[in-house]
Amino acid sequence: MAVLTKDMARYGSRKRSSMIAMGLCFSATTVGLTMLTIILGTLVVKGAGGLSLAVFTQNTPAPGNDGGLWNAIYGSLLMTTIGVCIGTPIGILAGTYLAEYGRHTRLAGIVRFINDILLSAPSIVTGLFIYTIMVKPMGHFSAIAGAIALAVIVIPIVVRTTENMLLLVPNQLREAASAMGMPRALVIRQVAYKAAWTGILTGVLLAIARVSGETAPLLFTALNNQFFSSNMNAPMANLPAVIFQFALSPYADWQKLAWAGALLITVAVLTLSILARWLGSRS
Amino acid sequence: MNMFSKDTAANAAIAGKAERISVKDLKFFYGKHLALKGINLPLYDRQVTAFIGPSGCGKSTLLRVLNRMYDLYPGQHAEGQVMFDGKNILDRDLDLNLLRSRVGMVFQKPTPFPMTIYENIAFGIRLYEKLPKSELDGRVESALKKSALWPEVKDKLNANGMSLSGGQQQRLCIARTVAIQPEVILFDEPCSALDPISTAKIEELIDELKSDFTIAIVTHNMQQAARTSQYTAFMYLGELVEFGLTPDIFTKPKDKRTQDYITGRFG
Repeated sequence: MAVLTKDMARYGSRKRSSMIAMGLCFSATTVGLTMLTIILGTLVVKGAGGLSLAVFTQNTPAPGNDGGLWNAIYGSLLMTTIGVCIGTPIGILAGTYLAEYGRHTRLAGIVRFINDILLSAPSIVTGLFIYTIMVKPMGHFSAIAGAIALAVIVIPIVVRTTENMLLLVPNQLREAASAMGMPRALVIRQVAYKAAWTGILTGVLLAIARVSGETAPLLFTALNNQFFSSNMNAPMANLPAVIFQFALSPYADWQKLAWAGALLITVAVLTLSILARWLGSRS
Repeated sequence: MNMFSKDTAANAAIAGKAERISVKDLKFFYGKHLALKGINLPLYDRQVTAFIGPSGCGKSTLLRVLNRMYDLYPGQHAEGQVMFDGKNILDRDLDLNLLRSRVGMVFQKPTPFPMTIYENIAFGIRLYEKLPKSELDGRVESALKKSALWPEVKDKLNANGMSLSGGQQQRLCIARTVAIQPEVILFDEPCSALDPISTAKIEELIDELKSDFTIAIVTHNMQQAARTSQYTAFMYLGELVEFGLTPDIFTKPKDKRTQDYITGRFG
C-alpha cells in the first residue's frame, strides 16, 4: 500500500494536466461535430423542401416560373463522367509507372513531387489553366473544356492512390511471379492489379466525389446554360454553377432550387464516400 | 533467342552425377559492396544441394543469382560464370523469363497469388503452353499430386489460394513451380515460416522431387540440411568455405570454421 501513497502531489498534477488535455480534445470534437450537424441539418431541411419530381424532369426556370434542375443534373453527370473517363486511365497508368517501372528512378521522384503539388493546387488555378489553353483559343465556353478541367483534377488523385495501393502489394508476390518466368507487364496486370484493385477503385470513387462538387473550374470552362444542351462544344448547365447563380439571386424559388441542388450533390458525395469506405474495408 | 528452348534441355539426358549448374568464380555486388567473393560450386543433376551458413554469409544471394532474381533490383550485379546447359546465365542478352521457366524458385514466405487454387497453377502453365481445358486440368491435378496437396484441395479448387493454411500455401507454391516443368528448383528457406508438421511434409516432398529435379535449398536449420540434402555447401562471409557430400560435411568437416558452425559454436 505504501506505493500508492508515494508522492501524491506529483501524481495529482499529472492527473490534472491529463484531464485538461482530455477536456480540450473533447470540446474541440464537440464544436466540430456541432458545426457539421448544423450545416447538414440546414441542408436537409431546406433542401428537402425544394425537392420534387419536377427537380428531375424540368429544366432551370426563369424567375417566377415552375422548373427543376434536370439540365444541370444532366450536365454535371455528363461532364463528371467524361472527366473521370479521361482522368482515370491516365492516372492509373502514371501511378503504375511510379510504383512499378519507375520506382527507383529520378524521373519518378520528379513526377511524384509535381503530382503532389497538383494534388493540392487550388481548383480555380486548374479552371484558369483550361480557360487559357482551351476556352480562349476556341473563342467560347464549352462542356468539353469543363470535362477536361475535371479530368485534370481527377488525375493526381488517381495517380496517388494507385501508387500507394500498388506499393502495399508485397514485393515477394512480384518476385514469386517473376520467378515463374512471367514478363513484367503480366506480373503487374495479373498479380499486382489483382491484389490492389479494390484500393485503386476506392481512389477513383473518391476522385468522382471530389470533382462532383467542384465549382471554380467549371465557371471558367463550361460556364452555365439555362437550357438543356448535350452539345459538348457549347456551354452546359451543371449543378455547382446553378447553385452558385441561384443561391445569390433575390428570388425565393431560385433559392429553393439551389438548396435542393446542394442536397443532391451532398447525398451523391456521401453515397460515393460510403461505397469507397465499404470497398476499402473489404480488401 | 532459341539458345534456351526447353526441348534441347529436356533431350539432353545426362547420365550419373553430371553437373547441372556450374558456378565459376562468381562475384556479386550490392552496389559497391562485394557480397560473394569468388564462388566455385557444382549443382549435381537430380541431387539436393544445401547451402548453409550464418545470416549474411551470402547463401540467399547465391541462390538468387541462379535464376537472376537480383535483376529486379537496380544496383545489384554479378560477375563470373554460371554455366547452365552450355550457356552462361549471367550473359546480358539472356532471356530472363525463359531462364526462370527452367529454374524455378520457392520462397521463404508462402506467396500464393490473389486468385483461385486452380488458377494459381494453371496461370504459370498457360504462360508457356496453350493447352485444351482437359489437358490443363490434368496438369493442374498432377502438379497438386506431386506436391502432396491434392487430397486436401481437390474439392475446393475454386477457393482462393490465400484461404489455405501456411503449410498448404507453401505446397501450393511448390505445385505452381513444378507445374511449369523446370529442371532446377531453388528453395529459399522454404520452411522457416512453417510449423514442424508442415516442415516434415515439405522435407518429404523435396526428397521425392529430387528424382525429377535438380534442387538447391538454403536453410538455417542444420538438421534440415542433413535430412534433405546429398551435398552441402558451407558459406561464411561471402566465401564458400567447404563443399562436399552431406555426411562428410556433418561428420568430418575439413575446415575449422565448418566444424565450429555445425557444432553450434557460432552462427
